[in-house]
Amino acid sequence: MARVVVDVMPKQEILDPQGQAVANALPRLGFDGIAEVRQGKRFELEVGDDVDDATLERIAETLLANPVIEDFAVRRVDA
Amino acid sequence: MSAKIGIITFPGTLDDVDAARAVPRAGGEAVALWHADHDLKGVDAVVVPGGFSYGDYLRCGAIAKFAPVMTEVIDAAGKGMPVLGVCNGFQILCESGLLPGVLTRNAGLHYVCRDQWLKVENNSSAWTTRFDAGAELLIPIKHGEGNYMADAAVLDELEGEGRVLFRYAGDNPNGSQRDIAGITDARGRVAGMMPHPEHAIDPLTGPTDDGLGMFLSALDALVAA
Repeated sequence: MARVVVDVMPKQEILDPQGQAVANALPRLGFDGIAEVRQGKRFELEVGDDVDDATLERIAETLLANPVIEDFAVRRVDA
Repeated sequence: MSAKIGIITFPGTLDDVDAARAVPRAGGEAVALWHADHDLKGVDAVVVPGGFSYGDYLRCGAIAKFAPVMTEVIDAAGKGMPVLGVCNGFQILCESGLLPGVLTRNAGLHYVCRDQWLKVENNSSAWTTRFDAGAELLIPIKHGEGNYMADAAVLDELEGEGRVLFRYAGDNPNGSQRDIAGITDARGRVAGMMPHPEHAIDPLTGPTDDGLGMFLSALDALVAA
């Protein structure tokens, strides 16, 4: 088994109102100097050794991310 | 014999009952379809109603697009069957690839629930022939993720081909690009919209009966076919 992490983020040109709301809350809590926040999702998959990288890409683009508005990055990590 | 319009229920669907009430009001027969069905029970058109299919897990509509019944709907839509997606149904049709673009979180982050004026842009699709182009309709909206987004090329194509069905009149409630409230596919058979025509079919239970025109239009299209 291997651990795979898929990060899904709104594309840079897409408005991210959730990230903006977080960014706007930070100064109210006394945290200054944060110019921008963007909010995304992280998926952790435990995958069998016979699952290849091409399959992982297809999983990410057909289900985990909507490529119309989101970018994704797939990486294998050490368990 | 009246035309049959299927109403899909997913786990988490809310508006199937109102949709099933609207169809006979327009003169059609409503047929209940379940998400796990592998056939469409001989219906002539399909409504994908609003709600929170599969809890809106992952993204709105992202799980519903893999439901067995949606495989049948995608196949039938390819052959020209009229399909209407309302609210979560619109989100499902976008995730399924039957319509372009995607519905994202409202720009103001708030869930909006109010009666909304819409302007009719296209009155030639299977679902909008009963309206006059330029007419204004008052139909309820209730959603947290109705901000329509697509890239500029897709938006230009929609506009150029007259595929914007409705635009929000007055204030844009959700930040939707170009004030888009509803669109149709290239053939004018598959329609998606955030406002709820099934909630506006009589003055007793809705602000107007403006929504009934969607169902009457589809039944016209089916009779003519």
